[in-house]
Amino acid sequence: MLRIECPCCGLRDHDEFRYGGDASVTRPAHDDPDPEAWYRYVYVRANPAGLHREFWQHVIGCRQWLVVERDTRNHAIASVELARQLSARKSPARKPPA
Amino acid sequence: MSSNHKRLSMGGRIDREQPVEFTFDGRKLIGYRGDTLASALLANGVTLVGRSFKYHRPRGIFSAGPEEPNALVTLATAGRRQPNLPATTLELADGMVAESQNRWPSLAFDVQSANGLLAPFLSAGFYYKTFMGPTRRAWMFYEHFIRKAAGLGRADTDLDSDRYDISHAFADVAIIGGGPAGLSAARAAAAAGARVALIEQDFLLGGQLLAEPSDSAAAAWLRQAEAELESSEPVTLMKRTTAFGIYDGNVIGLVEQCDPGNPLLAGEARQTFTMLRVRSIVFATGAIERPMVFSNNDRPGVMLASAARTYLNRFAVLPGKKIIVGTGNDGAWRAAFDLADAGAEVTIADVRAAPPTALATEAGRLGVMVRVATRVVDVRRGHAVRRATLNGPDGQSEAACDLVCVSGGWSPTVHLTSHLGVKPEYRDDIGGFVPGAFAADRFGAGSMMGIYSTTDAIEDGHRAGTAAASFCGKSAPVPAPSKLDLGETATVPFREIPSLGRGKAFVDFQMDVTTGDIELAHREGYESVEHLKRYTTLGMGTEQGKTSNFAALAAMAALRNATIPETGATTFRPPYTPVAIGALAGRAIGHHFKPIRRTPMHDWHMANGAEMLEVGLWMRPYFYRQSGLDVNDAYVAEMRNVRQAAGLMDISTLGKIDVQGPDAAIFLDRIYANGFAKLPVGRARYGVMLRDDGIVFDDGTTTRLAENRFFMTTSTAKAADVLSRLEFLLDTAWPDLRVTVTSVSDEWAAMSVAGPKSRAILSAAFPALDVSDAALAHMGLLESEWQGRALRILRLSYSGERAYEIYVGATAGQQLWSRLLEAGGPLDLKPYGVEALGALRVEKGHVAGPEIDGRTTLDDLGLGRMAGKRAGFVGDLLRRRPAFQAPDRQRLVGLECIEEGKRLRGGAILFLPGEKPYGHGRGRVTSVTFSPERGHYVGLALLAGDVASEGSEVVAVYPMKAETVRARIVSPVFLDPQGERLHG
Ligand SMILES: [Zn+2]
Repeated sequence: MLRIECPCCGLRDHDEFRYGGDASVTRPAHDDPDPEAWYRYVYVRANPAGLHREFWQHVIGCRQWLVVERDTRNHAIASVELARQLSARKSPARKPPA
Repeated sequence: MSSNHKRLSMGGRIDREQPVEFTFDGRKLIGYRGDTLASALLANGVTLVGRSFKYHRPRGIFSAGPEEPNALVTLATAGRRQPNLPATTLELADGMVAESQNRWPSLAFDVQSANGLLAPFLSAGFYYKTFMGPTRRAWMFYEHFIRKAAGLGRADTDLDSDRYDISHAFADVAIIGGGPAGLSAARAAAAAGARVALIEQDFLLGGQLLAEPSDSAAAAWLRQAEAELESSEPVTLMKRTTAFGIYDGNVIGLVEQCDPGNPLLAGEARQTFTMLRVRSIVFATGAIERPMVFSNNDRPGVMLASAARTYLNRFAVLPGKKIIVGTGNDGAWRAAFDLADAGAEVTIADVRAAPPTALATEAGRLGVMVRVATRVVDVRRGHAVRRATLNGPDGQSEAACDLVCVSGGWSPTVHLTSHLGVKPEYRDDIGGFVPGAFAADRFGAGSMMGIYSTTDAIEDGHRAGTAAASFCGKSAPVPAPSKLDLGETATVPFREIPSLGRGKAFVDFQMDVTTGDIELAHREGYESVEHLKRYTTLGMGTEQGKTSNFAALAAMAALRNATIPETGATTFRPPYTPVAIGALAGRAIGHHFKPIRRTPMHDWHMANGAEMLEVGLWMRPYFYRQSGLDVNDAYVAEMRNVRQAAGLMDISTLGKIDVQGPDAAIFLDRIYANGFAKLPVGRARYGVMLRDDGIVFDDGTTTRLAENRFFMTTSTAKAADVLSRLEFLLDTAWPDLRVTVTSVSDEWAAMSVAGPKSRAILSAAFPALDVSDAALAHMGLLESEWQGRALRILRLSYSGERAYEIYVGATAGQQLWSRLLEAGGPLDLKPYGVEALGALRVEKGHVAGPEIDGRTTLDDLGLGRMAGKRAGFVGDLLRRRPAFQAPDRQRLVGLECIEEGKRLRGGAILFLPGEKPYGHGRGRVTSVTFSPERGHYVGLALLAGDVASEGSEVVAVYPMKAETVRARIVSPVFLDPQGERLHG
């Protein structure tokens, strides 16, 4: 069983979590009008043998979405971060919506 | 014959003060506390213990541990049967009832041992050839007979009456194996400051030290080590506990047997399955002695040399009086010496031309006869050996004997390390496989690493325990281990050579695989280990070929003229030893198999005739028995009552989410396909959410409670998914939106009052509230309190009738439900169940789960206009992709049955009239109901758009019941297309 070190709750079994897919793909802005961008986001995956960034949510816990770096060859987990912090860092200057 | 006539009067680790009564095949026998079933049987002179898998050959006790391939028994007491248990690991218990397996009518006289005559028929590849070749038909005929003849113990078909527990445990360092290396590792890791779990499958610690005489230096060392660990606070000793699997995240699967010395109280667990989570692991799993391959090497009376020594020194049983020890290594000589010392007449047949002179000298001193360059090639007699054929420099000769001890060297126990993909590597110097490179948090120690001398194993355990603790950051100074030197000499490997005898020479005793089978596999091209294994079923028994694996590899390597590493190694998988399914289930059985969710009104439903239905984890009223004779009767009556008077439905299972924050309206605008930003405070709106790929995700109603606060409901089934999805978008996509979402599903009881009399009922139930249409218009909200609890009344309709959804603080749910029935009784308010609810919405043409099935778009469901020209919501771009606009895309239609006396069925496949009913058809029926309004069956269907013209006919085919029904395509709204009843 995978054990994930939740930044809020500590080391927990994977059955407290929900898998949320590939975290290495970039989600287009909500109003991005380019279907290709959405197509790539929804369907195109690298499927690496090695380190893979993926979303996990601590559903039976703090409910935070996390970005977990997992080695797909041996399930070793290299890092766990709060997805909210990562995404806030990615777009720090965005103006709050009107 | 006297009981325990093979038991010595002195020595051993049994308690002669505590006799234990047991039966074997109906015979009452006596053993002692400290015995295994195997040692007690041997003490009583029982050597024939079972029949083999395919050929029904007589089998005895071969080993003294979990590697036992032969002595498998069934424990059968008071209505329970546990088959295929190795007698060698069963701790003897008072009242134990054991039975031999795979024999009929009796163990001694087995009719099917004639199966030996069918041997060619049952040889390697039998299953493959029979299934794949021209003999497939013959299999149909013979299967019954062969299945009956070949097999192991019979499982019970009754419920398992035993209890099992599941527990969770944590430690810094797990040490698997309580032999000299493991004990030393545990001591070191604990001294370094780590919390240690020491896991030992046996009921005694000591491993191979238990084979040493009970008055030896080894025994003293063991006593001291055990005392030290027992008094060491950070050490948890887990005896009778098998580590059966190693899993990701350093999770170890353990099964602990209860102590048979303490009878179980009612409800106590027979076994406990523990998930142990640790930071580092020391594998000190020891090694398993290998058999030698010669004709009839499977006969009762052929036994591993180390096992004979264990029976002698640990259990005080002298298993033979005239013993031949066949070997090629020094270790077995120690067994020979101990057996001779105990009074047996011993002959050593060593394949080596010049065994060490020190050993020869000791043999001379003890009167042990030594024959060098000699090997055992055959043994004689069925139920117990009488003679052995030896092949030496002077040719073949026969020798009388009653026990043949064999030692083909040792194989490190690398099963557990293989579980996580550490490939075994062959070491020529020890002639065996050791684990390959470990991850940083794993360590190996002792004979499982090929370190066979006790002195070295203790040193090695000390090193591994210290390192494993240090990995956890525990590095307090560790005192040196106390030494123990048993004077063992190096084990020199020898190469197995093919059998010279005439009879069958077994490699895998449990699966009845012989050298002949391996030769056949080789001839037919199944040379790789993985092919060999599947072709011959080698290693596929319950003991996973613990004794057979190496011999088979060696045999195949010889046939291929290759080295052993060239031939390869097989992969071991969990479980290391069989695990009762009951132990894995623990107490999660029957009623407790999964959690049950009950609504606040559950008790009322139960007390008032509700037939309940499991909907996911929820229990919901299906229909009420007073409404009709059966579900079909009842739902139609409940529907009619809703349409004519009013019905009350428990809708507490809906998902309820509180959405708050300055950007809440913007958020809802993005997640729903239809707009919410302009929704006025105090109004509700039906909304549909899409997935990113443009498929419909869920639908529900969201109400604006305040400028920045909304109350969202979701379908029952998708409640958890929707909340998680909203959290995902807020955490990952739009962290700039100032919104929080919180599940309030369990905070509210919810019920719907639907029907033309619903407003009057509300007036009666809430005399203080103004529920007039002016105060509470369609899609309006009324907030208040009831009995001190929050109350929300929404005027919404799912059935198409005037209807109200009433939400009240969960603890007041049942009270309000009763109050509504009381107030509504004079107006014919009656409860209705989910079957009627579904029927009402079908009649009204509302889509639900069967239509929102993860494959349909807004346009498919006729909801395209909801999105209109909006943009920027989830799923918008991909819902517009060309494939979703194809002319034959299946779209929602209504169907009505036009054949008198026939019915539509959900799941029926739709074809055009005259079309051959073959393949996927043009569409499918998704939901059906009998419509009291129309007087016949109606349904919703998804039908190819290019053939879905209203008024034309289709044929609904239901192959499961061989039904074909004609139906007409109509509007999916069967009732009140103008929506006038909402205001009626
Ligand atoms: Zn957490």
